[in-house]
Amino acid sequence: MTATMEKTTAAPSGLLNTWRNLRTPVRWMLYAFFAIFVLTIVQGLPFDDTERLTAGATASAMLRRAVPIMLAGLGGLVSERAGVVNIGLDGMMVLGTWFGAYGALEFGPWGGIVLGLIGGAIGGLIHAVATVSFGVDHIISGVAINIVSLPVARYLSDQIFTGYTGGSISQSPSVDATSKFSIPLLAGGFGGPDLLAEINDWDIPVLSNIADFSHGLFADVTWFTGLAYALVPAITWMLWRTRFGLRLRSCGEHPTAADSLGIDVYFYKYAAVMMSGGLAGVGGAYIAIEQSNIYKEGQVVGRGFIGLATVIFGNWRPAGTALGAALFGYIDALKLIDIEGSAIHAFLLVIVLCLSGVVVWAVTRKSKVDAVLAGVMATAFLTWYVLSDSIPSPFVKVAPYVIVLLVLVFASQRLRMPKADGLPWRKGDH
Amino acid sequence: MTAPHQAPLLRRMSLAAAAPVSAALLALVFSSIILIISGSNPLTAWGDMLSYGSRLETIVDALNRATPLYLSGIAGAIAFRMNLFNIGVEGQYILAAFMGAYVGGQINLPAPLHVATIMLTAMIVGALWAALAGLLKVTRGVDVVIATIMLNFLAISGLVAFMLPRLQEESDSLTTATKAIPSSGQMPNLNGVVELVTREIIRGRELTGMFAVAIAVGIIYHLFVNRTRLGYDLRASGINPEAARASGVPPKRMIMLSMALSGAVAGLVGMPEILSDSHKYDDAFIQKLGFAGIAVALLGRLSPWGIAAAALLFGFLDASGVILDANDQASREVVVIMQGVILLAAVIAYQVVTRYRARQEAADATAALLNEAEATS
Repeated sequence: MTATMEKTTAAPSGLLNTWRNLRTPVRWMLYAFFAIFVLTIVQGLPFDDTERLTAGATASAMLRRAVPIMLAGLGGLVSERAGVVNIGLDGMMVLGTWFGAYGALEFGPWGGIVLGLIGGAIGGLIHAVATVSFGVDHIISGVAINIVSLPVARYLSDQIFTGYTGGSISQSPSVDATSKFSIPLLAGGFGGPDLLAEINDWDIPVLSNIADFSHGLFADVTWFTGLAYALVPAITWMLWRTRFGLRLRSCGEHPTAADSLGIDVYFYKYAAVMMSGGLAGVGGAYIAIEQSNIYKEGQVVGRGFIGLATVIFGNWRPAGTALGAALFGYIDALKLIDIEGSAIHAFLLVIVLCLSGVVVWAVTRKSKVDAVLAGVMATAFLTWYVLSDSIPSPFVKVAPYVIVLLVLVFASQRLRMPKADGLPWRKGDH
Repeated sequence: MTAPHQAPLLRRMSLAAAAPVSAALLALVFSSIILIISGSNPLTAWGDMLSYGSRLETIVDALNRATPLYLSGIAGAIAFRMNLFNIGVEGQYILAAFMGAYVGGQINLPAPLHVATIMLTAMIVGALWAALAGLLKVTRGVDVVIATIMLNFLAISGLVAFMLPRLQEESDSLTTATKAIPSSGQMPNLNGVVELVTREIIRGRELTGMFAVAIAVGIIYHLFVNRTRLGYDLRASGINPEAARASGVPPKRMIMLSMALSGAVAGLVGMPEILSDSHKYDDAFIQKLGFAGIAVALLGRLSPWGIAAAALLFGFLDASGVILDANDQASREVVVIMQGVILLAAVIAYQVVTRYRARQEAADATAALLNEAEATS
């Protein structure tokens, strides 16, 4: 519907129209190609001359690093779409790490995923009881859940993991991850040809870089990782293409109106918050089962909070949230792969380019403040880029947070959250 | 605030007490169940905690623990009063403590001045860091919760992690730490004051001098919020910014102000450790006080007395829970779980009581109106 509306109002530029009429996945793919093109140029500059920004190893590390953040983000998204802010995601992830490891230990990795889901959903249930049934402020309840979850996990470890060899009050014995697969044809899965590796070997600038990066995304992926990414379109479909999703979102936009149409608002809010906890729990399980192969106290390190940030980064949409998570994952991956620090240094220039983009965009919209602000920041980052040849590791670590803050600084007024997000609602009160 | 149809005093008092008492009971029952599951006798565990907790030295421990919790609770409460969820007390106090400790190690001043300089540095750093979130809110519309979460990471994993190895004292010690603060910058303990009424405090326990500062902060908070024009404006703006603006209270300035004040008090949270305990900032500096402070502030319903009671309760549970580990009865985690359950149960109970009270008041008012109508007819 929006497409037809745009067609009538849009400028008569043929190219722009063609672009707008492309299907969304195709457009996203072209965006990605363009991004890799920019990265290839930036990393080839004599300042750094590295290949790590587009390396396959970076891509596959990014893929894995992004999953827990993305799952937490999707969890936050589902909950906020139903009008409940879930700042307890972090605590639910902690429960997910413990239950995930326990399940993996007892029933294998898939059992771990299921138990992680249940563990997180229990956290979600508590949050739902407090916020939906009793009308407690959402932030308060979430903070309480975060506080409770750590000692609960420690207590459970003390009760159960100490009974295993290799387990203790702060960690579990090691557990197995799910098995791996590669995409057929493109990355040599199931004994077929490996096209992307082939193209990478041709050594054509940009094209081979794209192939290398994509190969990292498509080869040797664990089934759990694949499942996690399949959730992005699945949740988009659920929220925007099913009756259940429409009703769930209506509870986040205008619960009283939803109620007057006979929708059981409490039910949808409960469902959303428990789903949210379940997703965060699966994210936690991923950390324990796939990333560390062990449950260890404190291994979540605030990923739930980061997930919450990606929800806003992504403007309360699944694809945007996943993109935010990918950004965190990408910088995390660079930290792992980039030993001499030149790739991260090159990334500064990417930030400069993005800020310059903001300047151009602000000028076309005649918003002077944005233009000046972005211009000053771009100049500062450019100076830093030219004057240094590496970035101290603490700054690398916090780079994603800085980027999220920058995005919020320039986009906060354009973001649109669900209208009744975070407001306690009670049947019959309005 | 006298309503025309007020409930009898006894009922109002029992209603006010109902929420905290039922929360504590629920927490007690819940943690007893946990203790039974883990195979220990809850009665002996509580008995041990009480007898250990009533010793003078444990009480000093509890007060030392409650002091930063109280400060952190007040810091949170100042922002919460304005409906600003300053989740960033965590980052503010850690950054502030680091800067305070660093400055304190570099300078040499007469005793009271030295301590005051450290505290002032910490308060300014805390205020500035919190005001940054306020600035993002008022100029760019960035959500305070998200901004403060990001700023927490930025302060702790970014700034402090970057500066600590660069500003550390060159020495052969294994930990990275700022230069130790000389004795002129250390706060005297309050053992002498306590011993006026009790026996001598032994086992090397010292009641932190920051305890007195915390009391002063509590009194100032009470006077500020309830007795000053600015405090009134702050509360009004928090309840309804548009209405407050209409009566001449600029909401943006109120946001900046309450964030800065909140951050300034947050700057004091790390001071007991810096001024009375380790006298330096190192890798092992105490964390998570910011989040614990949020819990304490909410449990105490943002009132100075309530927060004090909550901080003392949590401090006592922390200090006396140590015995559970020592006696090999159950693990200390039970105590922390208990704190969390108290918090959750209390906020739910407050909500239930508020609803009950609203219903009762409505019913009372209806009854009174009916009576009047009958009397006149």
